[in-house]
Amino acid sequence: MFFQKVKILRSHGSQYIPDLDAVTLTEEFRGFPLLTDTEDKSDLERAAKICPTGAITTKPLTLDMGKCLFCGECQKCAPKNIKFTNEHRLAATRREDLVVHAGQTAPKFDTSAIRPDIAKYFGKALELREVSAGGDCSVEMELNATGNVNFDFGRFGVGFTASPRHSDGLVLTGPISSNMAEALDICYNSIAEPKILVVAGSEAVSGGLYADSPAVDRRFIDKYHVDLWLPGAPTHPLCFIDGITRLRKKQK
Amino acid sequence: MGLYYITNNTASAVKLSDIPVVEYVELYNDLKERMSNPRFHVGHYFATEIENGLKFYMLILDDESGEVLITSFIPDYYTRTLASLTAIHQQFHPFEREIHELYGVPFDNHPWLKPLRFPHDRRDHESTMESYPFYTIEGEELHEVNVGPIHAGIIEPGAFRFICDGEQVLHLEIALGYQHRGVESEMLRNQNRLRQTLIAESIAGDTAVGHATAYAELLEKLTSVDIGDDLRRERLVAIELERIAMHLADTGALGTDIAYQLYQVVCEALRTVTINTSQAWCGNRFGKSLIRPFGSNHPLTEAKIELIRKNIADVRRRYDELRTDILEAHTLLARFEQCGLVPKAEMERIGGVGQAARASGVRRDIRTTHPSGYYAVGVTHEPILKHDGDVMSRLATRLDEVLQSADYIEKVLSTYKPTEGNIAKPDYEAKLEGDCLSFSLIEGWRGEICHVALTDAEGNIAKYKIKDPSLHNWLGLAIAVRTEGISDFPINNKSFNLSYCGHDL
Repeated sequence: MFFQKVKILRSHGSQYIPDLDAVTLTEEFRGFPLLTDTEDKSDLERAAKICPTGAITTKPLTLDMGKCLFCGECQKCAPKNIKFTNEHRLAATRREDLVVHAGQTAPKFDTSAIRPDIAKYFGKALELREVSAGGDCSVEMELNATGNVNFDFGRFGVGFTASPRHSDGLVLTGPISSNMAEALDICYNSIAEPKILVVAGSEAVSGGLYADSPAVDRRFIDKYHVDLWLPGAPTHPLCFIDGITRLRKKQK
Repeated sequence: MGLYYITNNTASAVKLSDIPVVEYVELYNDLKERMSNPRFHVGHYFATEIENGLKFYMLILDDESGEVLITSFIPDYYTRTLASLTAIHQQFHPFEREIHELYGVPFDNHPWLKPLRFPHDRRDHESTMESYPFYTIEGEELHEVNVGPIHAGIIEPGAFRFICDGEQVLHLEIALGYQHRGVESEMLRNQNRLRQTLIAESIAGDTAVGHATAYAELLEKLTSVDIGDDLRRERLVAIELERIAMHLADTGALGTDIAYQLYQVVCEALRTVTINTSQAWCGNRFGKSLIRPFGSNHPLTEAKIELIRKNIADVRRRYDELRTDILEAHTLLARFEQCGLVPKAEMERIGGVGQAARASGVRRDIRTTHPSGYYAVGVTHEPILKHDGDVMSRLATRLDEVLQSADYIEKVLSTYKPTEGNIAKPDYEAKLEGDCLSFSLIEGWRGEICHVALTDAEGNIAKYKIKDPSLHNWLGLAIAVRTEGISDFPINNKSFNLSYCGHDL
């Protein structure tokens, strides 16, 4: 029995990624989109028409990452205009910064929108309470993955906690189902000030496919200040880690 | 014409006019007899609005012959009440509850006619999450434990109420609906089939490949298009990859709950290898974007086949080492064996499906009983059965199924030589057969997924019904924890790992 465990440990080797910031994802990964405007709008119009969440506008050309589910179909329709790169650092501090414009070369992360209290209180340790409100379980699994042997976000003092009373903020996933709206509100209000609010996954950011569903109630989003917006379907663990890390940095 | 239209899982869609419209009482009498035989179970049962009333459709699956029996009935407007099938065969309970909740149809003698998921279009808006009628037992010695809707970990919401005698659970009732997003009505918001595909992928994000395949096969049956064996092969690889990834996640989660760290971290690492393989194939760790109707945007290349084979061989080898250790670890066996029993007869009674049913010895696996896709032509699947129906059996099915899935992937890919253009591009515009009922049955990692659609005269989808295996199996979890210590709830819950969003829709 003992030898079997040694064998397993040897096969397991060392798993953790030493420098999380240095990771480049596979070429296939669809992250930040590069947009190029053209005279001929016909491809783009087809792309905008098929987009299931209406994330694309053609005049002017924009793509809202907060609505985008990164299915990549628009790139197939309009390869001259839209190209997804494997850039996974998609976090934004303001909702409007998730809207990508033609010619933009990198995601916009505006540090001036970060409340100065965040670095002061949460720079060393940050415990979060996660609430899924209609989430499809994929973002939830990716948030769990941030603490696993590969990413090990816990080494920077960031983790998830069971009780809102023990937490410094809330991470919301899902489009906010009406049946969950009240529990979400109670949970958020059970967290003591100062606290942060993080919205993870395109479905949470904009409602995604369920934005107009009669079973969804998104008043929570309008009611409270969101500190960090994380797009993705699901949000990649490294996107979450990068966003939280930059949010906690001391601003000069 | 008999009581049923008889078809199977590879035939094309059924003309609505071919489906018998029977008298409910005749159907009731037939089912009373028929469903006592465990070779039959209900695949789907739902109602849809027609002029001046409701029309009911039912799909019964025959596990021995591979047949699917389809029937329908239209109750007389004035005969308001239907005799409950649940009263004689409990596997009907979620279906009758759903019909009652949506349309107010009364079911006579239904033993448990409670709300199912509090959908936005329910009949009675006085019925709310807060007023869920939990079962109670009087007694000074008893106490209730209420958990949820928000749970301690990062998981989806649901309300669990335990009635306990000291530490022992007498009864668990699970109230769901918190995750209801209106999936079935959003499916019909417009006929954008890319949107419908993405909705299918989001029914349960951990079963994105399973549900997207169900949607794709359902559409393909409404046309005369042959998608070809190469695409069928690739879909098999995709769904078996998903099965491996999720079985690894669940094996690991069970390790977490008994604080067996080596076992937990090894599974985390192996799952990462598996889902990163999906990401290298299609750009998404959960296989979203991989399955598309009539074709694929990510046909396999030689290099990708090489990568998948290499990674899965590595996962298989390392998981097998862990498996040997698990089967010898007496501290683990002491927690898992004889805990959370669901005997075979009980599993059959509630209509249990999938991996949890196989752990109780019920030979129910769509890949064998109703094969479609490459399972019908290239891979003959033999289900893995365990017989104790305890936590250990539910773990042991996973231990073996991971190896089995890895072998299928190797078998399919080792002889696969993709050629340029062998797989079509996805088609979101294909003309669909009008006035039809189309269904698909897929064995996802949890079990039997069933999608049913009705088309109108123009070939538009007019009704879309989804069944995640969790709908059958949630009751299994409630039964498993009876008489167990409440502290054993977490390992029982992980041993089933059912979907909240797949149930709530």
